[in-house]
Amino acid sequence: MTPETTAVDTPDFVPGAPPPATLVADIWRGISRENPVLVQFLGMCPTMAVTNTLANGIAMGLATLFVLVGSGLIVALFSKYIAHEVRITSYILIIATFVTLADMILAATFPDISRALGPFMPLIVANCLLLGRAEAFAAKVGPVRAVADGLGMGLGFTASLVLLSTIREVLGRGSLLEHDLFGPRFEPWVFMVMPPGGFLTLGLALLGLAFIIELRKRRAARIA
Amino acid sequence: MTATHQHGAPVTPAPGRGTPAWRLLVTLAIAGALSGWLVATVYDITLPAVKRHAAARLEQAVREVLHAPVRWDTLYVVHDSLTRTAPAGDLDPTLTAYVGYDAEGRRLGVAITAAEPGFQELVTLMIGFDPASGTLLGFTVVAQKETPGLGDKIERDSLFTGQFGGRVPPLTGVRGHAGTTPSEVQTITGATISSRAVIRIINHAIERWRPLLDRWDRGGTS
Repeated sequence: MTPETTAVDTPDFVPGAPPPATLVADIWRGISRENPVLVQFLGMCPTMAVTNTLANGIAMGLATLFVLVGSGLIVALFSKYIAHEVRITSYILIIATFVTLADMILAATFPDISRALGPFMPLIVANCLLLGRAEAFAAKVGPVRAVADGLGMGLGFTASLVLLSTIREVLGRGSLLEHDLFGPRFEPWVFMVMPPGGFLTLGLALLGLAFIIELRKRRAARIA
Repeated sequence: MTATHQHGAPVTPAPGRGTPAWRLLVTLAIAGALSGWLVATVYDITLPAVKRHAAARLEQAVREVLHAPVRWDTLYVVHDSLTRTAPAGDLDPTLTAYVGYDAEGRRLGVAITAAEPGFQELVTLMIGFDPASGTLLGFTVVAQKETPGLGDKIERDSLFTGQFGGRVPPLTGVRGHAGTTPSEVQTITGATISSRAVIRIINHAIERWRPLLDRWDRGGTS
């Protein structure tokens, strides 16, 4: 996908600001070529920890999306009022606020998933993806682009978690969203829902992605 | 106020010309106050739903460990004795017991809550116990934050959770084979510390509650 490049919502004179792009490009970037998990290798701790079931993966992905969008919006709105010396402290405070809100809202709406995610919900604060996007993107663009970027990164993060957790739950438990898939004769491959299974699944997903990219490069070279 | 920027230059304030300290303090104070206000507001909004879920979970846990009682009474520990009158203030679930009865009014057992450290954080259990026969009815995990995929099997492994009914405390954990005496339970391979924590929590809870319940049975008060 090659979206046209039209300047949208970028304040003037911000050093290191991302190049102008359409909103669609800002959203699509996080899902595809700058995918947080499969390309940038950010947020590996929750990726390994909570992708043992699809429900956990979806909940963690959507909670992170909420925090990315909310913190991106606030950082973009107020970055020009935040002194340079305390910007990281302020961004962490903003991120921690949204994480706490997400944790409380999840506990009130989906208590079972909240219990299943346990300490990994508050640990979203430590996900370097959030501070990275606040510092590298949201602080240097307007609120609309910051929200688009947060949405794209959140969707890309969620999609990666959904991919990994689907593989792990199907093989490790023989179920999907806790619905039994294979009947009583299926012997679950418990290894897949344990931490080493997370590393193996991620490694295989990266291998598959690299293979697809290589195939596309070769095809493009042949056409050229 | 932000530092003076130039295109391509590092964004660092010139030495000695940074933002005044009072301004940094004001920025952080305003950010902290707004953050605190937002968190407190959402806490207030979500609290009723959280309490409702907790009450539903408590009721489900009581029904589970006492094997579906028709009704139950609530007893409270006040000054190291049991009473039917709830103490003022927030209830401590570990100082509360639920006495369940069947349709004929026979006592099925007592459900008690206990919490102690597991492998990572506190593990909270609801334990069903029959003081008359001195046997366990079972347990259910109310809260735990044990390692996903390993320690959290204390909640999901039905072979482990299903072996407590009819056991006689104090329990001992055995590895690799099923318990051979009424006090032995088999621990979970790969989650030995968490399963031993469950056994320890049950033993301590029964040790603490049995004298209180015996005194209550003898006199109606303890």
